Amino acid sequence: MPTEAIRSIATKALEEKRVDLVIGFTPGTSPLTTQPALIEESSATGKLIWNDFCVSNPAKHLLRRDKKIGIIANGCTLRSIVVFIVENQIKREDVYIIGVPCQGMLDRHKIKALAGKKKIKDIRTESDKVILSGDAFTKEYPRRELLRQSCLYCRHKNPVIYDILVGELTDEDKKTADQDIEVLEAQSAEERSEYFRTLFAQCKLCYACRNACPVCYCPTCFTDRTDPKWFDKPPASGDAFTFHLLRAMHCAGRCTDCGACESACPVGIPITKLTRKLNKDIRTLYNFEAGLSIETPSPLSVYDLEDPQDFILTEELKKKAKTSAS
Amino acid sequence: MGKKSQGWEPKVIAFLCNWCSYAAADLAGVKRLKYPQNVRIVRVPCIGSVSPYFILYALRQGADAVIVSGCAPGDCHYRSGNLYARRRFQLFKNLFNFMGMEEDRLHFAWISAAEAELFVKTMQEVTDRARTLGPLTYLKKSRP
Repeated sequence: MPTEAIRSIATKALEEKRVDLVIGFTPGTSPLTTQPALIEESSATGKLIWNDFCVSNPAKHLLRRDKKIGIIANGCTLRSIVVFIVENQIKREDVYIIGVPCQGMLDRHKIKALAGKKKIKDIRTESDKVILSGDAFTKEYPRRELLRQSCLYCRHKNPVIYDILVGELTDEDKKTADQDIEVLEAQSAEERSEYFRTLFAQCKLCYACRNACPVCYCPTCFTDRTDPKWFDKPPASGDAFTFHLLRAMHCAGRCTDCGACESACPVGIPITKLTRKLNKDIRTLYNFEAGLSIETPSPLSVYDLEDPQDFILTEELKKKAKTSAS
Repeated sequence: MGKKSQGWEPKVIAFLCNWCSYAAADLAGVKRLKYPQNVRIVRVPCIGSVSPYFILYALRQGADAVIVSGCAPGDCHYRSGNLYARRRFQLFKNLFNFMGMEEDRLHFAWISAAEAELFVKTMQEVTDRARTLGPLTYLKKSRP
């Protein structure tokens, strides 16, 4: 684990006054969690850690600060930073990026489900295996099985831009397809409807996903507006559907699939299914992936005259009229 | 129309752009062409200004189907509003269907100011499809 390297880099950066603040992770208050740490004193860098549960996206804490900030970022966090630069929220020269190649983060919901009622006291990772141990039990799992969905289908594990790199770049699988999305797409509309309705029935509209999302930085979120008032408490059937659909649309072309939303969800709804579906469409239709370059604008802020338009009803009607005439 | 299931008729909300599709609706009126009374028109400056919010708002307020229609590519009064909209709606429609909603609840169209017949035909098609689907209850707000 690159914890030691991160601490020494952070200490050096703060001592040399290269940055005023370092954003990283510190152990959370409950097991299997971490929380963001904002460190201003070089003596406090011992708090910083890097482990398999650094799931929240610390890029969110870069915004609305008038400081030079050092940030510890893996592939997806870095891409969020690139999105901020593209959207003029921060300047490249104001961030000092400590890039960390990432092996994927573990899903605490999966681990909790595996452990059942047993208490986990220790988690160790050895190359491809994860070893869970507690009172009178030790179990080994392949690392792949415990990865979060976003990490399982991750295409960009390495930081795309950085000032200093921790460790060495890792191998990436650029061709990974979102297999779970493909499975869902192959199902009938009824099956998918049933699937999503069951999922959304668990949603309490706590908006933890929105709060965790780095690109959800609007000063006033549509969920908080009172006119029109979108959602009732307690939520009715369509409320969660509407919320997740609109939130996903808001992130279209900006989501870097960091999975912070899904990890923040208290009931473990696989929210990234929606954002990954959008990302997949944007990749296939517009050949774009968010956060790979600070020069490329968001796909929804540009257009191409030749964009596909099979979904337009009048095109469909015209085609039908042509075939029936001939 | 209304709550009686027997005499149920779909409610269709049509977002039409001021310059093309609304003019087509106008022309249909001038030409005395009949189109379904189920269609309620909302005139917007350009379909580039139509947010997915509007569409969902309509569906939540009791619409059974929504159609958004604007100028064909190249004809936009503001030059490119419809082209931005095309990308947005392509993604929105895909996601909407992916989440298990019926495809025919949501439509997009290009109708120019001269195409009154196409307007009538499109509205007829949308209404017919909505009628086959039946009322949309899942999204409807319990309190307005």
